Amino acid sequence: MSTADTPKRSMRTPLGRVRNLGAAHSGTSDFWRQRLTAVAMVLLMIPVIVVIMMLLGRNQAYAKQILGSLPIAIIMMLFIVASAWHMKIGMQVVIEDYVHNEKLKLATIMFNNFFSIAVALASIYAILQLSSGV
Amino acid sequence: MQIYRWTLTMALSIVHRATGIALYVGTLLLAWWLIAAASGPAAYAHVQAFTGSIIGRLIMFGYTWALMHHMLSGIRHFVWDLGYGFKANEREALTWGALIGGIALTVLIWIIAYATGGGR
Repeated sequence: MSTADTPKRSMRTPLGRVRNLGAAHSGTSDFWRQRLTAVAMVLLMIPVIVVIMMLLGRNQAYAKQILGSLPIAIIMMLFIVASAWHMKIGMQVVIEDYVHNEKLKLATIMFNNFFSIAVALASIYAILQLSSGV
Repeated sequence: MQIYRWTLTMALSIVHRATGIALYVGTLLLAWWLIAAASGPAAYAHVQAFTGSIIGRLIMFGYTWALMHHMLSGIRHFVWDLGYGFKANEREALTWGALIGGIALTVLIWIIAYATGGGR
């Protein structure tokens, strides 16, 4: 969330601190993951749109059959994981920019994590249930 | 703050965040749809009644635009991350591209949706 205090006479440059994931081994991980998940979603966008279009106006039995089929279930789960991760990082950036009260900031960041994980797990659970034929 | 001339690039920076927040909230719809599909025909019919309504269609149309715009605007940021497109004319072209492209893709998707699934 915040960078460590820098000693006045540190010989390390700002770039040196974050390069190779920095002293904490996580200095630029959110930056990297935000872009990783973005590229993943761009690649998955057309398949996901095609799946949704296939299901327009169809009944639940057909939706279950399509969403529960192995390749489509995997595509949907990949998209859900990428989007949940991406939106968690993105919302945290927004919170850190606009919420200046320290306690409120921690609370909203915590809620952001809970929300993102809950939405992802609920969606994945639903897809697994569609796949298993329960 | 008044010394800044409000530019398209600045406006679209806010729009990128706004669409991101809208997409964030909208994942509830995606989850609702998937859970309903897993729950059974009655729950699924509820979702379809909502997405088929005027309000539902408006929300879905807005969501499509938010997604397409956020994607193209994000690609624009990615180009900048890679170190390209910083000249004034390139900056403007990328920004207009995201704006117009987002609207064009949204309309295209809905034309295809109506052509293929609208009659069902």
